[in-house]
Amino acid sequence: MPKDGGIGASSKRREDVRFLTGNGNYTDDINMRGQAYVHFLRSDVAHGTLKSVDTKAAEGMPGVLRVFTGADFAEVGGLPCGWQVTDRHGEPMQEPGHPVLAQGKVRHVGDPIAAVVAESREQARDAAEAIEVDIDELPAVMDMKAALADGSTKVHDDLTSNLCYDWGFVEENKDAVDAAIKSAAHVTTLELKNNRLVPNAMEPRVAVGDYNRSTDDSTLYTTSQNPHVIRLLMGAFVLGIPEHKLRVVAPDVGGGFGSKIYHYAEEAFCTFAAKALNRPVKWTCSRSEAFISDAHGRDHVTKIELALDADNNFTAVRTETYANMGAYLSTFAPSIPTWLHGTLMAGNYKTPVIYVNVKAVFTNTVPVDAYRGAGRPEATYQLERVIDKAARELGVDPIALRRQNFVTEFPYATPVAVEYDTGDYNATMDKLLEMADMSGFEARLAESKKNGKLRGLGVNCYIEACGIAPSNLVGQLGARAGLYESATVRVNATGGITVMTGSHSHGQGHETAFPQVVADMLGIDESMIEIEHGDTDKAPMGMGTYGSRSIAVGGSAMVRATEKIIAKTKKIAAHLMEASEADIELKDGQFNVAGTDKSVAWGDVTLAAYVPHNYPLEEIEPGLEETAFYDPANFTYPAGAYACEVEVDPDTGKVTIERFAAADDFGNVINPMIVSGQVHGGLAQGIGQALLENAAYDENGQLLSASYMDYAMPRADDVPFYSVDHSCQTPCTHNPLGVKGCGEAGAIGSPPAVVNAVVDALQRAGHDVTHIDMPVSPSRVWAAMQG
Amino acid sequence: MAQVSMTVNGKPASGEIEGRTLLVDFIRENLNLTGTHVGCDTSQCGACVVHVDGKAVKACTMFAAEAEGAEVTTIEGMAADDGTLNPVQQAFQDHHGLQCGFCTPGMVMSASALLAENPKPSEAEIRDYLEGNICRCTGYHNIVKAILAASGQDVSNIAAE
Repeated sequence: MPKDGGIGASSKRREDVRFLTGNGNYTDDINMRGQAYVHFLRSDVAHGTLKSVDTKAAEGMPGVLRVFTGADFAEVGGLPCGWQVTDRHGEPMQEPGHPVLAQGKVRHVGDPIAAVVAESREQARDAAEAIEVDIDELPAVMDMKAALADGSTKVHDDLTSNLCYDWGFVEENKDAVDAAIKSAAHVTTLELKNNRLVPNAMEPRVAVGDYNRSTDDSTLYTTSQNPHVIRLLMGAFVLGIPEHKLRVVAPDVGGGFGSKIYHYAEEAFCTFAAKALNRPVKWTCSRSEAFISDAHGRDHVTKIELALDADNNFTAVRTETYANMGAYLSTFAPSIPTWLHGTLMAGNYKTPVIYVNVKAVFTNTVPVDAYRGAGRPEATYQLERVIDKAARELGVDPIALRRQNFVTEFPYATPVAVEYDTGDYNATMDKLLEMADMSGFEARLAESKKNGKLRGLGVNCYIEACGIAPSNLVGQLGARAGLYESATVRVNATGGITVMTGSHSHGQGHETAFPQVVADMLGIDESMIEIEHGDTDKAPMGMGTYGSRSIAVGGSAMVRATEKIIAKTKKIAAHLMEASEADIELKDGQFNVAGTDKSVAWGDVTLAAYVPHNYPLEEIEPGLEETAFYDPANFTYPAGAYACEVEVDPDTGKVTIERFAAADDFGNVINPMIVSGQVHGGLAQGIGQALLENAAYDENGQLLSASYMDYAMPRADDVPFYSVDHSCQTPCTHNPLGVKGCGEAGAIGSPPAVVNAVVDALQRAGHDVTHIDMPVSPSRVWAAMQG
Repeated sequence: MAQVSMTVNGKPASGEIEGRTLLVDFIRENLNLTGTHVGCDTSQCGACVVHVDGKAVKACTMFAAEAEGAEVTTIEGMAADDGTLNPVQQAFQDHHGLQCGFCTPGMVMSASALLAENPKPSEAEIRDYLEGNICRCTGYHNIVKAILAASGQDVSNIAAE
């Protein structure tokens, strides 16, 4: 039965009312008195030497306050990279500079060259058109393998080549993997591309810089998933503003999916220009601009080999991946194809030895960084596709082949450095088979045939590493940050509570789910608890929201702070009732003395903390506010099994998703309604990747799919009602809530299910097709059917 | 600059605009009704849908001057005066039909226009009608479910939660 409130209840979202009535407060809704507007002039060529930027005519245009170029930022730091990967030979990655405005060269279409600040948005845009830019075009470096050939044009002249790093993992296992593959009874090989995607949060990025000359305080309002991270990166590395003089506010944010993690040039520009002009400066990104300035995702070219023994046990996995970094290193880019990808190559299976090689390459394209799933979808896709291919080659049931190789005993140390604390992959598979009505497939297949359509069924598993991340571990792996989270629980005199969290909600419903946890712990009503987030002046510190970490890490910090509150309130209650602290129980918002009928209410105790007339002042301070930082001991490992059924129109190659079932194990669940919603959204993004979406560049570095006219976003009629379930729960063993995180699962688990289903449909119809690259568009499917 | 006058959410509204000012910019910048959002620049995403003389219109595809004398309703005009959500808004909350909230005003305006035209739409009709509204968060499941529920249809057989 659904609960009325607290952990496990599908409480309706309290944030909805403001969004449903137009009262949200998104960054573009913020307008400061005296605000000026900036328009960026961006490169329309992919690669070239910047010979001159003539701003004279623009400076004389109506309303123009100032035109900035790279020269204005010569003394300012570049955008920093937050992760240093060490290559196979123990050398640090090549790390190029990333100027706020282009200096000397432009390196991708969209690279900002100049910025016009004017009284109005239109005046800024008009004046930008009057800037004369002289660029000597250079060949665009586009193909990753060609980029690594001797004599290739270099994206960065000061680097030795276009190779960022050549990473091997685990390098010591390489020979053992080679030997296992050589001696295997069967080896299945698959070459594939993981298509480049544009995250496309519906709210385009916005930044408003503000400066107070009398106090020397800067404020940045920005569309960010992690305002504290932006404060640190921009303050310390770019503009040299200490944290106490810089406030970063990320108010209501309209989706992120990874793209709003990073520190972008426009944020630094607006903060810098506000001080230079002593005026608030606002930038609102257009969608066309977003396509060429938001970090992209995925873009891997991979060869994977799966070795099996004569009994079909997996004996080794070897992969070689080329990972596109784009023209510059975005904030966390180097970690995505390495530590968030290589460490997941064991999947749900007990493969004894694994070797992952990743070559990260600079090209003249928009920088690539984490997009929902980030490395884990790339790992899952190749592994689950090659297992499917192996099953077909061996003539065995793909589900049985997976089950035979499942990890079944926990904790399980993989050969790729992570330890799964808990899981039950057979349970989610059993649940999936029930949800997907496998026994009805033949009848549905017959019906499709009758209608002249092909039908296929694809199944796969996934595992992800979430709850990112243990600071000491990621520090060893090259992270230049800790990945803890903080929370402050402020109990007011009359008993209401404000929780300030470093997690950021941009659609995940934290304002509803986080109070459910505190309410459960204290036995009070959820409505007595309010969440504050998104402002560096409120929460003490915050690493933000990504990597399905908010409830697992931010929620755990909140639990720890609430535990401190409980400990202190018990002391106060004991004093008020003249009882021993050890005998105090807190239940349903009442403090009781065990074994007696003595009790005091929550509100009596909180009032005593602020009106300490009868109070143990010699033992504890007045007031009731506690802060905790929580640093996880391990990653969490959500896992599950997904099934997709497709129909293929043999005349056009068009694929339609007929059924989709997802059985997930997220450990304990705080709000099932919100969790299901997270899975739904992830599934649509994964289906989008598999069927529709593609950031397509031409050989000159022009982004061909640079608007919604050309980039195929999933729409309501591209997807079905989904069947999702998260009743299989193996609680996380190392965080206080037993939660694993649910934000990315859908996007990680769904692409292989779709492609497996399409290949299945074609093979059932007699086509000798073993693989089609995503997106499996009508033209690609039709071409594959023609042989 | 020219003068434009219209009725917005039942109240007279006017302002000085350039000829190129879009209706959405007039609504957001001149009237400070920021519930109507801009999610693209090619009239694809539908975050800016408002009602003009009772019809759903993408406010980015229309110049403000073209709305001279029109009756415009924005998301701010949908709830009752006392704040009570209308049935479409309430169904979106009841069925978790929104996450980040950015596409939501356009979705509510489109859904309301659909139900005015077709009070009991089928699932397929809803999905087809929403072709011009992009949501990146919900995967559409709960939006479609909410619109079915708002139209008084039974949604209890649609996957829970």
